[in-house]
Amino acid sequence: MALPAVAFFGIFALIPLIGVVVISFMEWNVLGSPEWVGLTNWEAVLFDRPFTWTALGLTVTFVIGSYLFQAPVALLLGVFMAGQQRYRALLAVLYFLPLLFSSVAVGLTFQSLFSPNYGLSAALPFEWLPNDWLANSDLVMWVMIFVVGWCFVPFHGLLYQAGVRQIPQSMYEAATIDGAGRLRQFFSITLPQLRYTIITSSTLMLVGSLTYFDLIYVLTGGQPADAVRILPLDMYVTGFASYNLGYASVIAVILVAIGLTLSLLLNVLSGSSKMDSDKAGA
Amino acid sequence: MWERKARLSTAVIAAGALLSVSACGGGDGGGSEGEEPTAWVLNGGVWNEVEEDFEAWNEENPDQAFAVESFANDIYKDRIRQAVGSGEAPTLIVGWTGGGLLEYVEGDYVTDITEETEELRGRLIESVVANGEVDGSTYAVPMNNVQPVVMYYNQAVFDEAGIEVPTTWEETLEAVEVFNEQGVHPFALAGGSNWPLLMWASYLTDRIGGPEAFQAVVEGEEDAWSHPAIIEALERCQELVEAGAFDPGFASVVADNNEDAHLVADGKAAMVLQGSWVYSRLLEESPDFMETGNLGVTTFPEIEGGEGDPANIVGNPANFWSVSANASEGEQQAAVDYLSDWLFNDEYVDGMLETGNIPPLTGLEEKIAETEDPEFLNFTYETVTEAPSFQLSWDQAVDPAQVQVLLQSLSQVFRGEITPEEFATNMNEAQASE
Repeated sequence: MALPAVAFFGIFALIPLIGVVVISFMEWNVLGSPEWVGLTNWEAVLFDRPFTWTALGLTVTFVIGSYLFQAPVALLLGVFMAGQQRYRALLAVLYFLPLLFSSVAVGLTFQSLFSPNYGLSAALPFEWLPNDWLANSDLVMWVMIFVVGWCFVPFHGLLYQAGVRQIPQSMYEAATIDGAGRLRQFFSITLPQLRYTIITSSTLMLVGSLTYFDLIYVLTGGQPADAVRILPLDMYVTGFASYNLGYASVIAVILVAIGLTLSLLLNVLSGSSKMDSDKAGA
Repeated sequence: MWERKARLSTAVIAAGALLSVSACGGGDGGGSEGEEPTAWVLNGGVWNEVEEDFEAWNEENPDQAFAVESFANDIYKDRIRQAVGSGEAPTLIVGWTGGGLLEYVEGDYVTDITEETEELRGRLIESVVANGEVDGSTYAVPMNNVQPVVMYYNQAVFDEAGIEVPTTWEETLEAVEVFNEQGVHPFALAGGSNWPLLMWASYLTDRIGGPEAFQAVVEGEEDAWSHPAIIEALERCQELVEAGAFDPGFASVVADNNEDAHLVADGKAAMVLQGSWVYSRLLEESPDFMETGNLGVTTFPEIEGGEGDPANIVGNPANFWSVSANASEGEQQAAVDYLSDWLFNDEYVDGMLETGNIPPLTGLEEKIAETEDPEFLNFTYETVTEAPSFQLSWDQAVDPAQVQVLLQSLSQVFRGEITPEEFATNMNEAQASE
């Protein structure tokens, strides 16, 4: 049983990873053959290129911002969807919709909505609405966090819904008899019982937004660079728009290192190495 | 365990993106496996004519039928370089000449087609054809319409304001003031796409310092970007931004859907500086407006005391076909046959003219006079045939590795984040690091 998984992992994760590490020591502009240049790319990207640090800072903002936005909303949505309220099923379907759209379609749609001339601001009379949402350096990062969150909240909501559904009803009944209110039940039963779901969801959110690319690329093309070009975009622009595959590979390796560290750290901190895998993967 | 793997592979998505290139990096002669010539084209506007032309060719030449694939502009530009570099290029490669073609030639990715296309080139406008030459040999031939950048305006908006279309810089600044008082954007500008900013920078540079100023950049002279004409051109760009000449949301307007041109069509902006392709796009997308006859077109304003000839134009002379050196002999033959016997046949030329596009052929005056709406076509044709200089778009002319720095720095100039001098420093450094 393990063999297909190992083969899959090797072909799609390990081999490309090794390839990228090798290219990070080479100079290559896509045309022609790569040339071995030793540590030159690494020195250049880490020390002679201030933008690397700008991009890293933006990445941190994006990851933390996305987490702070997505985690609470997804948790509340999941708890709500697991309940028995009226119209719940209908609403759950609506909430689920963003998950079904392709990110390019979502990107193009939001691009039209944010257009200062033909978008929402032209249709609705709110004074705060006409704004340079996608180009203003002070706004664009928050807009990205919102749109990306809009796309991913349904998925994490679904995780939480499944998690909540697995909590034995008897716990709530016992709590009700003991006189615990809804709020108390949420904090004393629901949250602790969702612990593993929270770990899974948080890991996916953090590592996912660390390597997130498509929507931001479609919406902004990576401009303005010093406001929105997070590391994955920086890697893409450096590699495939400026044709500097060596630098791009260095950035890729840095991303992999941060991603692995982050997910290992989460594992250790949450003590999930001890956890049974029965519920969390649901 | 499943989760850990999922996490790990999420973490290396980044690496996966790079695999797509590295995996095919070493391959060669991929194009020679199948004996079917291929051509990649773009989509929309004149490219519909190109695809129809291939269909006609395929019907008459089933042995040499081309498999045609169409791409959106930006996606094509991303793909083609990887395809060429990995030996997977289509038989016929669309290009913009300039720095890109130079790299293809230096790496032997495209073939010398000087002899095969001699007759074809004899029928074409010389200043356009010249772009496909490297060191006296032809590696690319024009394949669609001439694409000068021109100034479009909405006559109805000018009538309402009671002013004339500006022909000089002074008049332009006056018009900006009048339109701002009236609450109309003087110029639409698709700043979100960045490359439309180049049109302003390159026209102004040409008007102020003549074509020589940018030629120094192309030739790789040291500190060429610090040329006083380029600095002054960028100062004037900033002057325009400060004077409110552009739609205040210009930084979020993207050119992909011709939003800038539609602002003019809708009367929200008075003018827009854009490529000649916009005309055929508007015919497709805003037929009602086009029927009013309010869309006017003129040349970029003159600058008093400037060294450049006001008849000079900038833009893309055309798109060009090159023949991939990685294609098999049979495929190359099909491509050469298509270029020498078929390209710019009467039906193709008529189809282009009908849709508002001008092929780079000489002696088209009569054909143009016979079309339904000769005014725009005549203007473009005369502009191109009479222009002393046709400056290739800066982003095509420079080394492809510098394009991102160029676009990014220029966008910062327009946002007022850096000075023209800082722009020049950025560009000089980028050029020196090559």
